[in-house]
Amino acid sequence: MEDRLSRVFAALADPIRRDMVARLAVADATVNELAEPYAVTVQAVSKHLKVLEDAGLVSRSRQAQRRPVHLEAEVFDLMTKWIERYRREAEQRYQRLDAVLAEMADEQQTQTLEEDAS
Amino acid sequence: MSTTTHHETTIVANPDLPTIELVREFDAPPAAVFRAHVEPELVKKWLGPRRLEMEIDTWDARTGGEYRYVHRDEQGEYRFYGSFHEVRPGERIVQTFTWEGYPDGVSLDTMTFEDLGNGRTRLRGVSVFDSKEGRDMALSSGMEVGINEGYERLDELLSTEK
Repeated sequence: MEDRLSRVFAALADPIRRDMVARLAVADATVNELAEPYAVTVQAVSKHLKVLEDAGLVSRSRQAQRRPVHLEAEVFDLMTKWIERYRREAEQRYQRLDAVLAEMADEQQTQTLEEDAS
Repeated sequence: MSTTTHHETTIVANPDLPTIELVREFDAPPAAVFRAHVEPELVKKWLGPRRLEMEIDTWDARTGGEYRYVHRDEQGEYRFYGSFHEVRPGERIVQTFTWEGYPDGVSLDTMTFEDLGNGRTRLRGVSVFDSKEGRDMALSSGMEVGINEGYERLDELLSTEK
């Protein structure tokens, strides 16, 4: 099995790449535009882009002269969907645990009342 | 919608490590949250997915003990088992976890019960897998789109870009 998801995780491990993804979520941008806010070379930003591209998170138009970088929202969503679904299952489990804990507290209170009465 | 919006479960799937971390707070003291993890009559009320029936064969929650249980639905049975590596009352439970459908996979799960005072507890669960693939498989388990189908869809998405 090819480890796509790990590659996506790895791609997002770096703070600059996470920031780039956040900015691309707003609009497509060229490499130069992406490089602007960072104190790194355009070459370094290109390397980060290559990692994001290999993970399938971004793509670059072959046609346009500017070759703007585009965020592949669908790939991004698929991964976050898995994580969110897992979290939601855990939350549902823990809501049932909330109910069990409330029952336990009620029982204990009843017991204490009975002991006090006797 | 949740009725306990003040402390929803948070999840961290660390990109650098094959782990999943869940954190959740409860309006009950550590001793009670711990009890709900070690007494089988209590465990089966909450641990199984809502749509499935949970049946416990063994739940011997003490250091060196073991557990085995089954979830059932119309499609079939899902069996799980593991060992209790360490059970420290009111503080910590360390156990292994395996789904029989994938016997080569095993995770080491550590649950800690942190006393927040005022009868409240923060439960932190960290699962360590033997690979990121194993972690991804666990993350995608029980989903409409399982990991294999997910990777296939991802491949499709990626190939259309080329």
